[in-house]
Amino acid sequence: MEIFVRGAACISPQDTFRAKEFLTGIQRYDQGYLTCIEPYYKDFLPVKTLRRMSRNIKIAVVSALECLDMAGIEMPDAISTGTGLGCVENTEKFLSPVLDDEEQLISPTPFMHSTHNTIGSQIAILLGCNNYNVTHAHKNLAFEDALVDSTMLIREREAENVLVGGADEITHEHFDLKKRINMWKKPPNNNIDLMKYTSGGTIPGEGAAFFLISGHQDKRDYARILFVSSIYNPGDNEAIEGHILQVIKEAGLRLVDLDLVILGNNGDADYDSIYYYLTENLFNAQVVACFKHLCGEYDTSSAFAFWTAINILKIQEIPPIMRLNQCKRKVIKNILIYNQNYNRNHSFMLLSKA
Amino acid sequence: MSHRIYITGAGIISAIGTNVQQTLQSILECTSGVSKIRQLDTIYRDDFVAGEVDCSNRGLSDLIERHDNNSCLTRTSMLGIIAAREAFQDSGITDPSDMRTGIVSASATGGMDESERYYRDTSKNQFIRAHQVSDSTEKIADYLSITEYAATISTACSSSSNAIIFGARLIKHNILDRVLVGGTDALSKFVLNGFRSLMILDSEPCRPFDRDRKGLNLGEGAGYLVLESEHAVTRHNKEPLCELAGYANTNDAFHQSTSSPDGKGAYMAMDKAMDSCGLDADDIDYVNAHGTGTESNDLSEGLALKKIFHKEIPMFSSTKSITGHTFGAAGAIEAVLSVIAIRHRLIYPNMNFSSQMEELGFSPVTELIRDIDLKHVLSNSFGFGGNNSTLIFSRA
Repeated sequence: MEIFVRGAACISPQDTFRAKEFLTGIQRYDQGYLTCIEPYYKDFLPVKTLRRMSRNIKIAVVSALECLDMAGIEMPDAISTGTGLGCVENTEKFLSPVLDDEEQLISPTPFMHSTHNTIGSQIAILLGCNNYNVTHAHKNLAFEDALVDSTMLIREREAENVLVGGADEITHEHFDLKKRINMWKKPPNNNIDLMKYTSGGTIPGEGAAFFLISGHQDKRDYARILFVSSIYNPGDNEAIEGHILQVIKEAGLRLVDLDLVILGNNGDADYDSIYYYLTENLFNAQVVACFKHLCGEYDTSSAFAFWTAINILKIQEIPPIMRLNQCKRKVIKNILIYNQNYNRNHSFMLLSKA
Repeated sequence: MSHRIYITGAGIISAIGTNVQQTLQSILECTSGVSKIRQLDTIYRDDFVAGEVDCSNRGLSDLIERHDNNSCLTRTSMLGIIAAREAFQDSGITDPSDMRTGIVSASATGGMDESERYYRDTSKNQFIRAHQVSDSTEKIADYLSITEYAATISTACSSSSNAIIFGARLIKHNILDRVLVGGTDALSKFVLNGFRSLMILDSEPCRPFDRDRKGLNLGEGAGYLVLESEHAVTRHNKEPLCELAGYANTNDAFHQSTSSPDGKGAYMAMDKAMDSCGLDADDIDYVNAHGTGTESNDLSEGLALKKIFHKEIPMFSSTKSITGHTFGAAGAIEAVLSVIAIRHRLIYPNMNFSSQMEELGFSPVTELIRDIDLKHVLSNSFGFGGNNSTLIFSRA
């Protein structure tokens, strides 16, 4: 059964939301992390509703609403959300008084909105959607799992149109916390040069991207989803290489059919070696690209990669800023997105022209 | 997509025991695990009761035995490992790689128990990575040598029911042959204060479905099941504990933390779950209710029960009066209790119940019922954000 991507909306540190052009005029961030270019929320939601929403919920909900609008779907048959860290801002807002004010004088609002599923629930409440609603939260697989869940729902005929997305936020407090364990690059640094650094650590970011996927073809379609898969703790590079070949085979393709590979390099010299291994050993004839210098590293950054991929398939243009090699392809028909985190969770998304 | 899903192993740790055997013993003795707070370091120790696992972190670490000092196990992870290991052993799995084996685990608050310590204490930095809700999933996977597939679901208090459903579907879609499913959550100041600030904690043992109910008691623990495909069960010639016959997930779409007054989402979840396995309302022998003991939940769940079982309400009870509300782990703990009920022919008492709710006109089971034939047990789990999930377990 074929699965199509119809609507797509993305709020990110780049000009991606309702943007006239596709990834031009790239934003540079020097402060150690990337934050979203936020839309004018009042165009989408009443002030009273907005007041209760933290940033992650706002970027997610507005992307979701925009995506449904683009796809011409008022009520999805299911909502499947991925978020690695959930609502960080609300969690911190509630945790601080628990720790600093000896568990007194606490407002319940941030607690109520601290659970990971607040994003999917707020979308459901706004739409009045009683249908299937689940939140996946497995680190950098959160979006991929949400996508697998959605494609299964369509194949089960439980749903025809599924709203699926990923969202994560960075806060200054969270940035400082993880600075303690050297997860980030030492200053000075900037996102544009991310792939040039030879040090350990990365530059974090954030973003939200939502998609409407459907079992029915439509003239608005961006792409087809051929295969989504993940592996946990596979061990060596050969195992990953083997899994990629398996994914390509299961989708009925050969390696040569792959036109573009989008890799999750995050500039961390300690963990990027797998990407270089694959570029040298497997992807000799493919255009190789990367994306984390545009959005930063975060658990659902693969949703940003997915957004770039379906746009590339639709407009047949690879933004030069994403390219890692100068390989040429006349037509971009099939794209593989491969991402991993600390060599633990590896994900593979294979997409094709609509 | 006609595969049946069998349960071949179960493991549990909660306020009433650190394994299935102890849990069963406590139930037969009608002992509740809800009592004075002893483990959690909170200023509200004398204000509320809770269903804590009566074991310090050191004690849990000793139960795990194989323990590396540097492995940064949070209380949530330790509870998870103990219950997951029991489920694996119960299923007789010695080599997880002999078939496609994965884990789908749930947690609502993850490593919050340690986060509360490291946030202001830089000597505890090793726990920073353990904060994420998926950390316990990976710790369990590593402990049991699961390498094929790992996923984590987090939908507040219905988290682990959704993990069970997602795991079953992965088998149906031929992605896995066998999957460890469940959830784990440890009590933390964050959660205690969260429910306290919402003013829905009862200072006394909770009274689910009672006219004079005052709120819920929190608890902690973990529950895990091993789900296997028909093919896997046949291949290893296993006798399953029971079958996961049906399930459904819906959303109340009413309010972030309050259930709809008519229990729309709850009704839809039960209705869809029965529909998914072709059962009618009168096929259900026992309902393990969500039954938190709050004003809002018990009314809306009760009305949903009334609507769906209009002719005759089956026997039902809330085991949260025995274990406390273990939030993200609740769905899995109650799934394990449902399996035990079928296997050991039991219906659990809804403790502390005295007066019927006027809006309902029916009451839960208040005494332990033994030697009862249960073919189909329905278990509800609801959560913040209007997440409603229903599971149906059937005798194999």
